Amino acid sequence: MSRKTLRIAGVTRSFPGRGKAGPTLALQPTDLTVQPGEFVAILGPSGCGKSTLLRIVAGLDRPTAGAVTLDGVAVTAPGPDRGMVFQSYTLFPWLTVAQNIRFGLEERGLPLAEQAAIADRFIARTGLRGFENHWPRQLSGGMQQRCALARALANDPEILLLDEPFGALDHQTRELMQELLLEIWEADRKTVLFVTHDIDEAIFLANRVVVMSARPGRIKADVAVPLSYPRDWTMKTTPDFATLKARLMGEIRDEVRKAAMA
Amino acid sequence: MKPLVPVSTGARIILGAGFFVMFVAVWGAATWSGWVPPLFLASPDRTLAAGWSLLTEFGFAGDIAITIFRVVGGFLIAAAIGVPLGLMMGAFKPIEAFFEPFVSFARYLPASAFIPLLILWAGVGEAQKLSVIFIGSFFQVVIMVALIAGGTRMDLVEAAYTLGARSRGILRRVIIPSAAPQVMETLRLVLGWAWTYVIVAELIGATSGIGHMIMDSQRLLDTGQMIFGIVVIGLIGLITDFLFKALNRALFPWASL
Repeated sequence: MSRKTLRIAGVTRSFPGRGKAGPTLALQPTDLTVQPGEFVAILGPSGCGKSTLLRIVAGLDRPTAGAVTLDGVAVTAPGPDRGMVFQSYTLFPWLTVAQNIRFGLEERGLPLAEQAAIADRFIARTGLRGFENHWPRQLSGGMQQRCALARALANDPEILLLDEPFGALDHQTRELMQELLLEIWEADRKTVLFVTHDIDEAIFLANRVVVMSARPGRIKADVAVPLSYPRDWTMKTTPDFATLKARLMGEIRDEVRKAAMA
Repeated sequence: MKPLVPVSTGARIILGAGFFVMFVAVWGAATWSGWVPPLFLASPDRTLAAGWSLLTEFGFAGDIAITIFRVVGGFLIAAAIGVPLGLMMGAFKPIEAFFEPFVSFARYLPASAFIPLLILWAGVGEAQKLSVIFIGSFFQVVIMVALIAGGTRMDLVEAAYTLGARSRGILRRVIIPSAAPQVMETLRLVLGWAWTYVIVAELIGATSGIGHMIMDSQRLLDTGQMIFGIVVIGLIGLITDFLFKALNRALFPWASL
């Protein structure tokens, strides 16, 4: 259960130009407040700055202007209170599944027995039982991302930042991963910021969808998802789902076209 | 044959050994037939006989031991200083900016050109031999390790940051383990180069070692002994290479998956 409120206030990011080119504005001043326990999907065409926004919240990138605060405390560097899962496979290839999951716990200096107990719990929750001693390269893409999720969750972060975590997976695996993530969120109610360009994924998972415009990115719409939890896959065929999907498709089509023309 | 199609282990061994057999056969044909006179090239059997007498009568085993000691000694000193320095340079850009230009310059200084100077400074003893190996290996190790460490995958570093790691943790738990297999591979290569430096060092101002024996044999025009010495160096190189590879596989099972 998360307790802290995330505030993004006037966050702007421009990248310095090369040679004679002027600086590129990636993110227009953006404001967003995320309440504890919310599941917010950030939806937008590629290159709209949604990943940049997430990286700024993670502390991996610095805003050109504006600030990110967590319960009033400014975010200036990455930290274990904001766990992250990346689109690329970022398990440490020299560590086994169990060792990867324990990485953050070891960094915090927890006693070994406690590390093992926590890792074991998340191995079970992400369905990695029997693969504890495998190297990441011996796992499928879906399993690697499950392990990456377990690694982030084991640290018990205040916020979970997910940067298109299922973007590289095939469709079927992707749907299974969405269900797993829902199950975990429904049980833990951790604040989640989930970046995606997949409308179905955004609606299915989140209780709030933030639509971003084409570059330079800004928040174009902030839409509540009035569908109740617990959710399962049958929800994707309901009229409410379809109505919401039609609306978001309308919002995003213009942006995708703009992005393609730019 | 099709491009890039792997070959079975059995076929690989047969093919690899086949070239050695062919090599000796051509060598034998050229010498036994009298086409190349023994003054310039001893036959395979004469070479073996020369080697036998070297080992049994002239204490060549001692020469081999001293040469191995020099190579391994100089190489270990270079690695013990060069690997940590290279890792620090790769990880911390100000350190790299400080050392890199000089190291890049120094690695083009030919180690053998230092021999006359080193004899002046350190005499003709072991310190001089070790110094030649050190100069030849150290700068190569530093520059290559720095390159490997600097090439650490940024997404892994960022993942470690979001898991709570700080600079120390990034270096100790990401940069070093990710660089380790390639660093070992670099050391394997540099050890091979160290072998060429030691022989050069022993050709000048030495009283023992494989290189010294080869110089002595030249005065006696004993091509059998010279060739035997060269073959011994090749064999030792082959063995160390094999050991290094086995060590790498044992230390980093994840890297070869």
